[in-house]
Amino acid sequence: MTSDIAAILAIDGIATGAVYALVAIGTVLIFTVTRVIFIPFGDIAAFTALTLAALDAKRFPGTGALVVVLACLATLIEIISLIRNGELRLLPRALFFYLAVPLAVVGIAWLTMRIDPPLAVRLVLALMLITPIAPLLDRIVFRPIADGTVLLLLTVSVALHFALVGLGLLFFGPEGVRTEPLTSLSTELAGVLISGQTMLIVIAALVFSGLLYLFFDFTLVGKSLRATAVNRTGSRLMGIRPARAGTIAYLLGSLMAGVSGILIAPVNTVFYDSGFLIGLKAFVGAIVGGMTSYPGAAIGAVGVGILESFASFQSSALKDVIVFSLLIPVLIWRSLASLHSEEEIEE
Amino acid sequence: MFSMTDVTVCYDNVEAVRNVSLSVDEGQIVTVIGPNGAGKTTLLMAAIGLLGSRGRMAFRGNDLGKMSVEDRVERRLCLVPEKRELFSDMSVADNLLLGSYSLRDRSGVRKTLDEVYDRFPRLKERQRQAAGTLSGGERQMLALGRALMAKPALLMLDEPSLGLAPLIVREIFRTIASLRDLGVSILLVEQNARAALEAADYGYVLETGEIVQSGPAKDLIHDPRLITAYLGGH
Repeated sequence: MTSDIAAILAIDGIATGAVYALVAIGTVLIFTVTRVIFIPFGDIAAFTALTLAALDAKRFPGTGALVVVLACLATLIEIISLIRNGELRLLPRALFFYLAVPLAVVGIAWLTMRIDPPLAVRLVLALMLITPIAPLLDRIVFRPIADGTVLLLLTVSVALHFALVGLGLLFFGPEGVRTEPLTSLSTELAGVLISGQTMLIVIAALVFSGLLYLFFDFTLVGKSLRATAVNRTGSRLMGIRPARAGTIAYLLGSLMAGVSGILIAPVNTVFYDSGFLIGLKAFVGAIVGGMTSYPGAAIGAVGVGILESFASFQSSALKDVIVFSLLIPVLIWRSLASLHSEEEIEE
Repeated sequence: MFSMTDVTVCYDNVEAVRNVSLSVDEGQIVTVIGPNGAGKTTLLMAAIGLLGSRGRMAFRGNDLGKMSVEDRVERRLCLVPEKRELFSDMSVADNLLLGSYSLRDRSGVRKTLDEVYDRFPRLKERQRQAAGTLSGGERQMLALGRALMAKPALLMLDEPSLGLAPLIVREIFRTIASLRDLGVSILLVEQNARAALEAADYGYVLETGEIVQSGPAKDLIHDPRLITAYLGGH
């Protein structure tokens, strides 16, 4: 391997890793706030790419119908829960957030489709259609079992992933899509050609990470999410509602997964089931970072991207084996490094 | 302002607290003393809503019955738990700021923060430091300060002197007594019975989950049975 090839592979790896980083940060965010390892995150990313491709082809995507069905289900469950707890005074609020807002989003997307919108608007529409899915799934699936064990939540999360893959096949069919590049610019750095799309991916990952940092460090809502992640009982005693913190975490996480889907769609062909590998590799990155640290998850995910890039050069067929094998030494190292974790939790 | 009537709290099928009735009047400091395992912490956990209970609980005319922890906090009912439950990875300033999370009117938050810093200058010195790096006494000050940020109407304190050096304990109890001037009512649960009764207006004695004695604190402190059992025989 020459240094030129190594440089190209490294740049390619950083770009892929930046996409994984967005999903990995979202995974850590959801896990720390809700204890759910949200496996369908990759599916959310893939669905965004497929939704954008459908919008490009002037078809209204099935994700719109999915949002409507999920909104109706979530509203029904919320109403039953309010009746059971004698909190019917909260009904207007529930109707607004669980029914009116998602339906309005789908309505706006449907109406905007009529006027053949430009690419920038289609990007926003794709993100708008995707972001309500995870928070609604949270209300329907995870909130009733919020006090369950991490293993139960993980098992349900895996089941949800398979359900979404099935829906993906139903909505988008078995064909893969590749959307048009967001930019045709390119530049040369130290003799290596870097495409504008690659730069866009890295810049978007940096901007979103930076925005997230500002959100967590400088806003009360951001701090309340961190507090919920650090100490759930303590945060409840401050009046922070874990369910609301969870919804915000799912919204933010979905947005990040959606952006990563949009970024990856012009570079890789995305199929209805591509999300699993994206999610799993981001998860590996998050584990490398310890599942609780955002910078750790981002660095881990970029590492996974670079490893995957070099592995695919050496042996394309074995690249996934090589990436997932990385988990073994990392998990051994992590388990050795955190021998006292249970005692710390007790404390 | 706050009352419990025939409150029973169960862990699985075991009754940890049985038919307890008590009340706290506006501006009063009320203490519940009793030995380890009597159910004092359980009682406070039920009062804030972290544990389910039977019986009636009311706060300023509102039935607390099915009210969630967060709804109780919004009504300015506050608990400083035995374990403090601080946000250890976050700074002292952020911990204090989060104390004010439940306040709808945020205009006075800055002023309340300055008041807390005036009350606990040590916290101001360490405002950028992570809460997890503080000493035991400083943690208790932070837990108290964080609760004050919520402008509580009723402040429930669970063993505020636990594990602290005698000098710090005196400082904490001085602070508790001074909160009366702010119009805060206090329900204080303590093993350190003498210090608690000296600070309180009224006291209850909880043994094996039941109230066995109650009365004005100044009477209880001279009660021969309590002197033998809890006050070190003086």
